Amino acid sequence: MIPLSWYLIFSTALFCVGLFGVLARKNAIGILMGVELMLNAVNLNLLAFWSYLYAAQMNGLVFVAIVFITASAEVAVGLALIISVYRCRRIVVADEMTELRG
Amino acid sequence: MTTELLLWLIPLLPLLAFGLISLFSFRSRGVSHGLALGSVGLSWLGSMVIFFRAIGGLTSISSSDFRASRFDWLPLGKGTFQIGMQLDQLSTVTLFFVAWTVLMIFIYSVGYHNYGSPIGEYDLPGLPPHGAVIKDKKGRSHRVPSVEPLYSRFFAFFALFAFAMYLLVLTDNLLVLYIAWEIMGLCSYLLIGFWYARPSARDAAVKAFITTRVGDMFMLIGLAALYSISGTLSYHEIFSAQALEKLVSSQAPVLGLSWAGLIGLLIFFGTIGKSAQFPLHVWLPDAMEGPTPVSAMIHAATMVSAGVYLALRTFPLISAGWAPGDALNPTMMVMATIGAFTALFAALIAVGQNDMKRVLAYSTISQLGFMIAALGIGAYVAAAFHLVTHAFFKALLFLGSGSVIHGMEHGVLHTNEQVDPQNMFKMGGLRKKMPLTFWTFLIGGFALSGFPLVTAGFWSKDEILSKVFETGHLLIFITLALSALITAFYTMRQITLTFLGKPRSKSAEHAQESRPVMTLPLVVLAFFAITAGWVGIPGNFPAIGGLLPNWFEHFLAGIQLEVEITNAYSLAPLFTSLVVALGGLTLGWLVYRRVSMGSPDPLQKPLGRVHTWLVNKFYVDELYNLVLVRPAYWLAETFSYQWIDKGLLDGILYAIGRFGLWLGQFFRTTIDRLINWIGDKVIADGVRGTGKQLSTAQSGRLQQYLILMVAISLLIGIFFIFTLFGSGNLGY
Repeated sequence: MIPLSWYLIFSTALFCVGLFGVLARKNAIGILMGVELMLNAVNLNLLAFWSYLYAAQMNGLVFVAIVFITASAEVAVGLALIISVYRCRRIVVADEMTELRG
Repeated sequence: MTTELLLWLIPLLPLLAFGLISLFSFRSRGVSHGLALGSVGLSWLGSMVIFFRAIGGLTSISSSDFRASRFDWLPLGKGTFQIGMQLDQLSTVTLFFVAWTVLMIFIYSVGYHNYGSPIGEYDLPGLPPHGAVIKDKKGRSHRVPSVEPLYSRFFAFFALFAFAMYLLVLTDNLLVLYIAWEIMGLCSYLLIGFWYARPSARDAAVKAFITTRVGDMFMLIGLAALYSISGTLSYHEIFSAQALEKLVSSQAPVLGLSWAGLIGLLIFFGTIGKSAQFPLHVWLPDAMEGPTPVSAMIHAATMVSAGVYLALRTFPLISAGWAPGDALNPTMMVMATIGAFTALFAALIAVGQNDMKRVLAYSTISQLGFMIAALGIGAYVAAAFHLVTHAFFKALLFLGSGSVIHGMEHGVLHTNEQVDPQNMFKMGGLRKKMPLTFWTFLIGGFALSGFPLVTAGFWSKDEILSKVFETGHLLIFITLALSALITAFYTMRQITLTFLGKPRSKSAEHAQESRPVMTLPLVVLAFFAITAGWVGIPGNFPAIGGLLPNWFEHFLAGIQLEVEITNAYSLAPLFTSLVVALGGLTLGWLVYRRVSMGSPDPLQKPLGRVHTWLVNKFYVDELYNLVLVRPAYWLAETFSYQWIDKGLLDGILYAIGRFGLWLGQFFRTTIDRLINWIGDKVIADGVRGTGKQLSTAQSGRLQQYLILMVAISLLIGIFFIFTLFGSGNLGY
């Protein structure tokens, strides 16, 4: 059986990839994809802990399902925002969206 | 009606009239004078009823029964102050002449203020009427006298005046007397200044008020002393034997006088002010600025009589400890001296006056001097007798002079001449123009000069002179005899200049007799100016003595100690009065019968400088001006205002103000500037700078925020790991 730590290491790596994507990508859609990766890493983490420590209870599964639902809703809103920004300003580069600069 | 009720009603009716006129009827002249005349008419009626009851009941009723009702008025520490009305012999006699003269003056005023004449087109309130133009049937226009603009106001004040006099005569205590006395002072102020738009009238009113106030202040002190010592101001208590004994035996702290003497002296100062004795006589001549009925009211019926009435009333106090035949006590000495001096002094001044009313004013002062001198030597009855006769003939003379002036004004209006209608040198020959006024004035003038046997003035003045002579005060006798001579002289001067000879101005040629409403009072008063003397003919008078009983002396003897002269009637004073009266009259006629138009006073040349002194009234006014008025102005204007007020007080205030200003400036430059600097530079600029600095952090770049977020999360994570795991708190 694969030990728990492997899952944790994998999910950490996945989170870091997602984080890097969020921080480093210029394209707003890429950032959104990074966020999805981070969410998936968290889900993986949750599932691994559930499966190894609390398999008798349903809480972990339900929680993961809720995160999925949230993530899909978030993607829908995020993509809609990006598209409307693109329609306005013809850009999808996050660095150039500086309307909120102080 | 009972006597008690009448005593209350007599003063109250004029007061009621005053209230009604001032509140309701001031727009209607007829209603106003109807109210005033009605009220004094009823008061007159009541007075007559009381008078005849009093003299009728004199034989059977003792004097204590004259006292009427009194009631509790003012609760005080020791008890209750009672006020009330009383009637005794003195008030009965006074009431008689007050009632008659007041009524006559009221009636006369209706004519004097031209009731029924048209309203003048240029007349203003506060000025004498200027006359109005009317057109007769043929279409020619005439100037005629116009009605007084403040007609109702005049009668309101007059009614108040009458109220005060009645109250003063009938009250039973000195406090109410003082109140009435002061109301009279107010009325004299209001009426002397009745034509208030004239500066001279204003000044005269103020002068009268202030001068009499000087006397009143002493009087008030006297009353206060009297009350604090004897605990009462009621006549029958003060003038009781033991109260007087107590006052005489106690020593006052001033001048070695007894309390009775000091209080008597202080109260006598009130008389000096009110009855215009030297040195407070200056207000009375100036009081001529008022309308002539006011002069008559002040000079005959009320004001000055009130002064003598007070002296008579307080005579028991003044003469306390003195018995007829003794040497005079200091207070009486002062009275006799002041009275005699004033009599001569004022008579002399009267010789130099050309204004008809001013001559009469000084004659009033002089005659009051006679009364005061008589009181001073203890001749109580003689003084009271002269007070009564003088009131009648002086009212007559004033009203007569008013009638003359009225006639002259008529002439002035008719001719449009620029002539002072009161200047006797512009008159002359009015005998034929104004016969009724002439004959009555002649009677009044002869009464004033003491024309023998017929007139009232002779009997009263002769009584004073004989009393003074018989009590042996020779100096006072000579002074008074000389005054009587001069009195006769200036009276004849006045009569000659006014009525005899030829007119000395066009206005005098066109003068007219006054209306019956004015001449009727003259006739009535002339009747009394003759007959009032017959009630006091001394029983031991040669030839006619005893034909008529000396009723007056008998009547007054009920209350007063009096110099009882048992010797035979001395002929020296009688001879003197005959000589001075007839001599003065003849002399006056001889000197003034030939005065022609524009010529100066015949006395001017022979008397020279002395005449100038007489014309200028011995410069008493100027002296007062120099000694009192100007220092007072200096004190007010220069000392109080310029130095104390502007210099000292304002200086202190300005210094405080300047210090405050400096302090404010100091705070502003130092503390406030510091606070402002901190607020400005430190707080505001600091916040602004920090904000500017920090705003660079808000770049608007999403990923920068994220990096920052991650970095801080890491840092916090590391911090937690070190602090929590380092201290081993987690427990594993």
